[in-house]
Amino acid sequence: MISARGLTKTFGRVPALRALDLDVTAGETVALLGGNGAGKTTLLRILATLDKPTAGQVRIAGLDALRQPQQLRAQLGLVAHQTYLHPELTVSEELRFYGRLYGLAALDRRIAALLDQFGLAARAPLRVATLSRGQQQRVAIARALLHQPAVLLLDEPDTGLDAEGLAVLERVLRAGDRTVVFSSHNRAWATSVAGRVLSLAGGRLEA
Amino acid sequence: MAEAPFVILNEAKNPYRAVTDSSLDAQNDKEAQPRFLTQLGALLWKDLATEWRRREVVLSLVVFSLLVLLVFDFAFDLRQAELPAAAPGILWVTFIFAGVLSLTRAFAGEKDRGTWEGLLLAPVDRGAIYLAKLLASLLFMLAVEAVTLAVFGAFFDVPFDVPRLAVVVLAGTLGFATVGTLFAAMSANTRAREIFLPVLLFPVAVPVIIGSVKATALAFGATQDGYPWLGLVVAFDAIFLAVSFAVFEFVIEE
Repeated sequence: MISARGLTKTFGRVPALRALDLDVTAGETVALLGGNGAGKTTLLRILATLDKPTAGQVRIAGLDALRQPQQLRAQLGLVAHQTYLHPELTVSEELRFYGRLYGLAALDRRIAALLDQFGLAARAPLRVATLSRGQQQRVAIARALLHQPAVLLLDEPDTGLDAEGLAVLERVLRAGDRTVVFSSHNRAWATSVAGRVLSLAGGRLEA
Repeated sequence: MAEAPFVILNEAKNPYRAVTDSSLDAQNDKEAQPRFLTQLGALLWKDLATEWRRREVVLSLVVFSLLVLLVFDFAFDLRQAELPAAAPGILWVTFIFAGVLSLTRAFAGEKDRGTWEGLLLAPVDRGAIYLAKLLASLLFMLAVEAVTLAVFGAFFDVPFDVPRLAVVVLAGTLGFATVGTLFAAMSANTRAREIFLPVLLFPVAVPVIIGSVKATALAFGATQDGYPWLGLVVAFDAIFLAVSFAVFEFVIEE
């Protein structure tokens, strides 16, 4: 499902990724571990088509991430450090806005189901700005799942989540119905939810 | 009415497991390519709703424009006979200063709030993003200009032909916003974007600014030679709208 070859990314003279190879099969849940500056976020951003590598190739779901980014984006969901939520919109407006961008059908039912499953139904009419960081993170995860992406990418998704939110996240990660790559600093937690754990250091995958 | 068989989660197996529903798949296939106008409408609605709730850009620009007019009122001791010749310049200096501030916020606001990459992640036609930002900026600028014109009339007590002025202001503002939206996207990634945008924009926008000032003189009865200038502004609008729409994707992807 995901195949990266010789992935290299430099910022000025500073290398963030060094000729990294990565293979993730369909339905697999992979955790990326590593300290600050290991290259986790850079790798996820390249997979999400937000950044272009300095060198190397990426194919996801049979699409070339560099040459077919627009087609690929319909297959991807990303939960990043930032929630990408609009503070002035309500929770339901936020999901509806993205649903229209993705051209989704049955949007009302889709949103209602997600809000219910993520414990956000009562928060639907509230503006995003009024939610706690953990609640915003739940909305961000719900938004990433709204279009039922084949590949879900999450950058430290456990940030700010309370126990209930973490349980929701764990069920998403364990569902096994899509390919998931996520990063975390919490080795014990990541190991418990991922099918495979990879360690990054200095822009390379460690054996 | 029959319930659509949409189920996003199958709680019997795993409450967070997405299941494949044949009807949903059919609907997804049907709308696999989101329509340009739907995306444009969603993006424009988002920008207008956000501004309506923040009241950040328009209110600030109205106050700014009034202050600029006030400065002109005190700075120039214009006699009634001189006003028709000076008015177009006064108005367009005010419109352009306010317009630059509006354009700066078009993308900088998204960047500051951390929502820009969320838009880029979606399979949105980049042309729809450009047009939505252009239309939102145009509406904000026209709203500010309407207030400015009303106050201008009160400050300077000079008669003008409202329909002619409306046509010129619309054409000039469209041209300025068209090229300004493109450069605002380019400058949004720079650290000194407030400086970078006017430095980039003004040299390119010189034809539309000069043309608008000259054509505005028509509305004040200061000249009868304004129509060729209005034609220049309309031609500028058409050319730069097409060029900006075509290159916007390259600007934001690279």
